[in-house]
Amino acid sequence: MFYREAGDFSTTYPQDSQTFPIKFDRWRYYAVLFIAVVIIPFVINDYWVNSIFMPFLIYAIAAIGLNILVGYCGQVSLGTGGFMAVGAYACYKLMTGFPEVSMFIHVLLAGGITAMVGVLFGLPSLRIKGFYLAVATLAAQFFLVWLFNKVSWFYNYSASGQINAPERDTFGILITGPNTEAWATYMFCLIFTIFSAVVARNLTRGSVGRQWMAIRDMDIAAEIIGVNPLKAKLTAFAVSSFFVGISGALFFAVYLGAVEVGEAFGITKSFLVLFMIIIGGLGSIFGSFAGAAFLVLLPVALKVIGVDWLGWPTDIVAHLNLVIVGGLIVVFLIAEPHGLAQLWRVAKEKLRLWPFPH
Amino acid sequence: MPEQLAFTIEVFLNGLMAGVLYALVALGFVLIYKASGIFNFAQGVMALFAAMTLYGIMNGQVPFAHLINAIFGTEIHYFGWNVPALAAILLTIGVMILLAWMVQRFIFRYLVGQEPIILFMATIGLAYFLEGVGDLMWGSDIKTLDVGLPQGINETIDETTFGWFGYGFFIDNLDIVASIVAIILVAALVMFAQYTKQGRAMRAVADDHQAALSVGVSLNFIWILVWSLAGFVALVAGIMWGAKSGVQFSLSLIALKALPVLMLGGFTSIPGAIVGGLIIGVGEKLFEFLIGAPYLGGATENWFAYMLALLFLVFRPQGLFGEKIIERV
Repeated sequence: MFYREAGDFSTTYPQDSQTFPIKFDRWRYYAVLFIAVVIIPFVINDYWVNSIFMPFLIYAIAAIGLNILVGYCGQVSLGTGGFMAVGAYACYKLMTGFPEVSMFIHVLLAGGITAMVGVLFGLPSLRIKGFYLAVATLAAQFFLVWLFNKVSWFYNYSASGQINAPERDTFGILITGPNTEAWATYMFCLIFTIFSAVVARNLTRGSVGRQWMAIRDMDIAAEIIGVNPLKAKLTAFAVSSFFVGISGALFFAVYLGAVEVGEAFGITKSFLVLFMIIIGGLGSIFGSFAGAAFLVLLPVALKVIGVDWLGWPTDIVAHLNLVIVGGLIVVFLIAEPHGLAQLWRVAKEKLRLWPFPH
Repeated sequence: MPEQLAFTIEVFLNGLMAGVLYALVALGFVLIYKASGIFNFAQGVMALFAAMTLYGIMNGQVPFAHLINAIFGTEIHYFGWNVPALAAILLTIGVMILLAWMVQRFIFRYLVGQEPIILFMATIGLAYFLEGVGDLMWGSDIKTLDVGLPQGINETIDETTFGWFGYGFFIDNLDIVASIVAIILVAALVMFAQYTKQGRAMRAVADDHQAALSVGVSLNFIWILVWSLAGFVALVAGIMWGAKSGVQFSLSLIALKALPVLMLGGFTSIPGAIVGGLIIGVGEKLFEFLIGAPYLGGATENWFAYMLALLFLVFRPQGLFGEKIIERV
C-alpha cells in the first residue's frame, strides 16, 4: 500500500536518478523537512533543545562523517574524538581571531582544517589495514588530545586550560555564548545537519562513493579494475574528517560553550560515535540518523524512567545504561549486523505489500 | 659515574618492569586471537572485572547490593565475613570460567564465520556490558586490592646501587614480583600449548578451524578453554595492576595500551607480545625522561606507544614476529 512504485513514471533522466525515486518516500522526506524546519523552531524550548535536539543533530553529523569512513570506505577509525577536538579548537581560534566574521564561515573553515588533519592521519592507511589501522587512528586520538592540552597557544593561554565560546552571531542573530535563543541554535545546527546529509548522500551515490565502496569490498580487486586507492582512501578521510570537524565545532561552540579537551573529546566519544553507526547501520545515511537518535535518547529515557519515576540513584542508572548499550550492541550484531537501517528497509518492503502480502 | 646515566639506567629498568605488565595484558589478547581470530577488546575490562570480583569476594561484599537496595529499599552491603586471599582467587577463577562459558554460549556461538571487524565490535559491546555489570555488582568506588604482595622500594637494590653509583635506584618490590609472575605465567602457557593434549588441540584450531573439526577437536570446548585462560591471565594482570594503582576504571584502559604492544609484536606471537611489551615499556619511559619531560611539557606516555606503533607499522605492516601477510583476490 505504501512505498509502491506503481504509477510513478519517470520521463526525464534527472527524474530517474533522484534520491527518493518513490513518490511516497519523497513526500515523507518533504514532510520531515517541513516539520523540522517550519514547525519545531516555534514550539521548542531550552530543555528540548539542550537535552535532545542539539546533541542529536550534532552527533548525526559526526555519525555521517564516520559512516563515510567506516561504512562506505571500510577504514576503521577510533580517532573521531580527536578529530572533533580539531574542529572545536580550529573554530575557537577562528572565533577569537576574527570576531566579525559570520559563524557559518568559521564552522565550515573548522571543518576544512579538520579535513587536512584527517588526510595527514589517513596517510598510513595506504600501508596499514584493518585492526592495525584502528590502532593508528588511536595514535591520532591520543596525540591530538595531548597536543591541545599541552600547547597553550590553542587555548589562548587561559589559566584553566579550557576554551570558552565568546558571543558570536550570524546575520545579527546570536549563535554562541550564554544569551542565545533556543530556536536560533537549533536552526543553526539543523542547517549544517541537512547540508551534511545532502552532501554525503550525493557523494556516496556518485563515482566517488562507488570508489569508496569498491575499496571497502575488496581493495586489491578495486585497484585492479582501476580505482586509485590513494585517491579513494584519502578523499574518504578528508570528507569524513570534514563532517566530524563540523560536528566538533558545533559541539563546542553552540552546544557546550566551554570545553576541556580530555573530558569532552576523549576516547569514549570516539566509541560513542562508532556505536551510533553500528547500531544505526554501517553504510547508510539514514542509519547515521537512527543511531544518533537512539544513543541520544536512550540515556535520557533511562534517566527519566530510572531517576524521575523509580527514584533510583543516578550512578545505578548510569551503570545500567552501560549494560544496556553494551548488550544492545551485541544483540544487534547477532540479530541484524546491518543495524536499524536494515530494519527500516525490511519494514518498507513489508509496507509495500501490506495488507495483502501475496 | 655521571648522574644522568644512572638516572637513565633507572628509568630503563622501570620501563622494563612496566613493559612486563603491558606484555601480561597483551598475552591475553594473543591467546584468544590465535585460537579464534577474535580480537578481544574486552581483555582490559576483564582484568578490571576480575580484580573487582576478587576484592568483592575477599571482603564479603553482597553482589548487586546497590541495585537490590535501590529496588527493595533494603540496607545490605556485606555478608560479614572475610575470605582468605587464596580461596578468593580460586573462586574468582571459577567466576572467570563461568564468564568464558557465557561469552561463548551467548555471544560468539552466534557469530561464527562473521567478519573479524564484526567480532571486534562485538567485543567492544561486551566490554561495555561487563564494565556496567561489574559496577552494578561491586560498586564503582576505587578499591585497594591487597592480596599480600610485597610493596614499596626494594632496599637491597637501593643499597647495592648506591654502593656502585653513589645513587640508589628506586625499584618497587611489586614490579619485581610482577615480572617474576609474568615470566612464570608465560613459561607455563608456552609449555601448556606445546606439550599437553589440549594445548595441541588449541594450536590445531588456531591453524585451521575446519581441519581441526574434521579430526575431532571440539571447537566449542577449545574456545571456552581459551576464554578461560584469557580470563585467568586477566585476573593475574588485574591483581598486579590493582595492587599497583588501585582497582578503578582506568584499569580497563590498559587494554588500549596493549594494542600497540600487539602491533609491534605481531598478533599471533607469544614471544612477540613479550618483546613488544618491553620495547613499549622502555621506549615510553625513556622518551618521557629524555625528550618528553624536558622539551615537550610531559605526559607523552599517553601517545608515544601509538605513535611508535604507527611509524613501525608503516615499514613493517605485520609487526616484528607476525606471519607475513599475503593477499589474494
